[in-house]
Amino acid sequence: MSLLILDGVSRSFDGFKAVNGMTLAIEPGELRAIIGPNGAGKTTMMDIVTGKTRPDGGTVRFDGHDMTRIDEAGSARLGIGRKFQKPTVFETHTVEDNILLSLRDDRGVFATLFSGADDTARVAELLALIRLEDRRLDLAADLSHGQKQWLEIGMLLAQDPKLLLIDEPAAGMTDEETARTAALLRDLAGDHAVVVVEHDMEFVRALDCRVTCLHQGRVLAEGSLAQVSANEQVVEVYLGR
Amino acid sequence: MEKGNDAVPAPRSGHTATLNRKTLLNTRGTIFLCVLAAVAVGVPYLNATGMLPDYAVSLIGKYLCFALLAIALDLLWGYCGILSLGHGAFFALGGYAMGMHLMREIGERGVYANPDLPDFMVFLNWQELPWFWWGFDTFWFAALMALFVPGLLAFIFGYFAFRSRVTGVYLSIITQAMTYALMLAFFRNEMGFGGNNGLTDFKDVLGYDLQSQDTRIGLFVLSALAVAVGFLICRAVVISKAGKVIISIRDAESRTRFLGYRVEGYKLFVFVLSAMLAGLAGALYTPQVGIINPGEFSPANSIEIVIWVAIGGRGTLVGAAIGAVIVAASKTILTGLYPEAWLFVLGAMFVFVTIFMPRGVLGVWDGMIDGMWRMRGMDPNERRLRA
Ligand SMILES: Nc1ncnc2c1ncn2[C@@H]1O[C@H](COP(=O)(O)OP(=O)(O)OP(=O)(O)O)[C@@H](O)[C@H]1O
Ligand SMILES: [Mg+2]
Repeated sequence: MSLLILDGVSRSFDGFKAVNGMTLAIEPGELRAIIGPNGAGKTTMMDIVTGKTRPDGGTVRFDGHDMTRIDEAGSARLGIGRKFQKPTVFETHTVEDNILLSLRDDRGVFATLFSGADDTARVAELLALIRLEDRRLDLAADLSHGQKQWLEIGMLLAQDPKLLLIDEPAAGMTDEETARTAALLRDLAGDHAVVVVEHDMEFVRALDCRVTCLHQGRVLAEGSLAQVSANEQVVEVYLGR
Repeated sequence: MEKGNDAVPAPRSGHTATLNRKTLLNTRGTIFLCVLAAVAVGVPYLNATGMLPDYAVSLIGKYLCFALLAIALDLLWGYCGILSLGHGAFFALGGYAMGMHLMREIGERGVYANPDLPDFMVFLNWQELPWFWWGFDTFWFAALMALFVPGLLAFIFGYFAFRSRVTGVYLSIITQAMTYALMLAFFRNEMGFGGNNGLTDFKDVLGYDLQSQDTRIGLFVLSALAVAVGFLICRAVVISKAGKVIISIRDAESRTRFLGYRVEGYKLFVFVLSAMLAGLAGALYTPQVGIINPGEFSPANSIEIVIWVAIGGRGTLVGAAIGAVIVAASKTILTGLYPEAWLFVLGAMFVFVTIFMPRGVLGVWDGMIDGMWRMRGMDPNERRLRA
């Protein structure tokens, strides 16, 4: 059974249909790229899946749960990790604390108030994976833009989610960082389902996965990158610009 | 060595494998508590040797209550980013709870010599004690209420405000409206809290005469103790993992939610704790100044608390206490000399600090220490990690 299913989902803002009858299914462990012009509804789709925005109609199911009645924290607890379009880390905390706060653990007020030992081994492992071991005790504010993106990805992994929703990870990264990010995401797929929104077609090519093109709040085309790029409508609204 | 650390390059400057945790008492906190202890011992001593007049003891005791109130607000504003412009209300409620007990202790010694009713109720021709005055004859009940009532109000208010995700300026405005509404309510005689005049003419507490200098010294030392305890509680919260979550909420609320933290719960916890500490400060304030009246609910009072914290240095706890004492002492001195000038001076202090000392008095102090570390060729970041 699919991990994430959107069926006929709609949402309008002041009469403007940002998402309009969107139907989409993501399998467990799948890597999926989502492309589409600005305003196609990519970010709004993620808002709906994570309970930030309530849909006007349609169903959203994740791992058997109805996501239209769940808040952001609830979606995280069910196993959805989300990276924002604008990198968001806790700037006044150290890199290490950013990871520590993200580790899978009891999230209740009193649990954190009296929390004991930290899983130092897991923190070290994650810091190695995102290549920030030597920045461990620096404030997150002092990282470069690309490093913040990586830290945020590390924070998602610390949650050990079933589904990763990643909005434009390559923005602001150097070519080398971009290539490494694509490799990392490919690595993660299999253990986690990964949905990546990206405009950078080089990056999408590097992901080497199934591609969905959104336009005006609905799915325009879906298939391999070759199939989608050959689609006339896709060329017209997106690639041909 | 623990397993699993092998892959990690040796951390800089000898940090161990455990994650960096701040200690309950850093240098600054230790200095603060030492100064507090010195004041708690020194002021009564100077008073006993005649070097400090009697009234000064209660005056400094009042500043200590303000310091605790400022620490409470700093926990909420400095660490969680919630700017309450109504914190005076929690302070006043704590003050009223204690005041109600002190009224009951007057007993038959009132002007009307009524053993069952406080003077103002006799004056209003009331026949019996209203239900909400029940239990206040008992000191411990009143002391508990001084914490419980502000806590309950904060809980109810915060529950609805945080659940509906009211934040920023809107939240500040409704906290201000809350204290304003309470002020209007307490001004009314029919409310049963002494109306305009508030509660006053207290005689004694737990059998000790409030006019005697010994009792005043006792209250003074208790206030210093309360500041120390309040500080340690806030510090313990701030350095815990929950404290890190609270700072995260201040800096990136949405990110915190998407990590699975129920932000409302954390905000509510901090708000209630802060309100209870404010209530404690109020409970110690009333017996020392000898009166509590609806003026304590005035919006201007609450704004003044915010100014204390801003001047002392937001998000430092110690700075908040320093700010409260600096401003309150300036107020005492200036209102004696030029009463009309005080609000202008307060405004000027606030503007000056916001522009030239954005991190307050303690920020300037910190900058100086950082400079000393650099001069000795050390990395100030190392200090910050332990601060
Ligand atoms: N909360 C909101 N209120 C009003 N309009 C919104 C809101 N969220 C999204 N929209 C509108 O919905 C449309 C889709 O926005 P969305 O952010 O989902 O696009 P996107 O595909 O992520 O675009 P981009 O590639 O630029 O990030 C846009 O026109 C946007 O202005
Ligand atoms: Mg977007």
